[in-house]
Amino acid sequence: MIKEHGNTCIRITNSPDFLLFTTCSVEKALRPSSHILTRRAALPASSFAVRYLSESTKKTIEDAVTQNKLVVFMKGTPDAPQCGFSRAVMQILTVQGVDMQNSLKSFNILADEELRSGIKEYSSWPTIPQVYINGEFIGGCDIMLNMHQSGELEKLLVKEGLILPEPEENPRA
Amino acid sequence: MASQQEDGPITSSIRNILTDLLKPTSLEIINDSSKHAHHSAMRGVSSKETHFRVNVVSEEFAGKSTMQRHRLIYGALNKEFESGLHALSLNTKTPEEFAKLSATSQQ
Repeated sequence: MIKEHGNTCIRITNSPDFLLFTTCSVEKALRPSSHILTRRAALPASSFAVRYLSESTKKTIEDAVTQNKLVVFMKGTPDAPQCGFSRAVMQILTVQGVDMQNSLKSFNILADEELRSGIKEYSSWPTIPQVYINGEFIGGCDIMLNMHQSGELEKLLVKEGLILPEPEENPRA
Repeated sequence: MASQQEDGPITSSIRNILTDLLKPTSLEIINDSSKHAHHSAMRGVSSKETHFRVNVVSEEFAGKSTMQRHRLIYGALNKEFESGLHALSLNTKTPEEFAKLSATSQQ
């Protein structure tokens, strides 16, 4: 039954398959900090060299993330994600009750090479998917999963009016 | 720790860099590349070291948000991303958080 583990390493799964069923509240991560991110100038210059980001791509990205409350840069489309991490993010948002038709603006970076490299530079974040809420880069799949599990994501989505507060969780059939 | 299958060059540099950077109390690097070998971005890529899961416990994370922890790691692995590393699934905990987590997951 219950065994004491000293410093042994347990494996923490991030498999999307577990998503729908995980409710453990692990991490009361400190969120906020709109300033951590948004301006790349604030980041150490060494972390990502500027190579591809053209003014026009940058403008496209800026417009997208400021004019839409919820933006996801992903591989594939919400209906047909082309990567497990992008799929996991779609699942999280769906489970949270986000109106995927009307509230989500998604970009398929596989269909746009310039956007693909551009978005990585824009956020100084090397991987896709990338989730933006209210113009702020929130994170990729791992961070979304963490926030989903900790309850932080729900709070944020409620605060931004992307979902309604739920009185009680319905067990899934 | 237990010797896993031979580490490839990317695995060993991830291990070395993170060990130096974080002085982790626990570091687990799991190569998931084969599970993603079929996905479209990997077409034409022959590297067997593209996708990893990294579970790391370190005091260095204390006082940092998840975003800051991940940036710390991504920043240090810049070269690896340029030479074929494609995806990292990160699980970053302080020893304290890790202890709490182990306690709750065993109830």
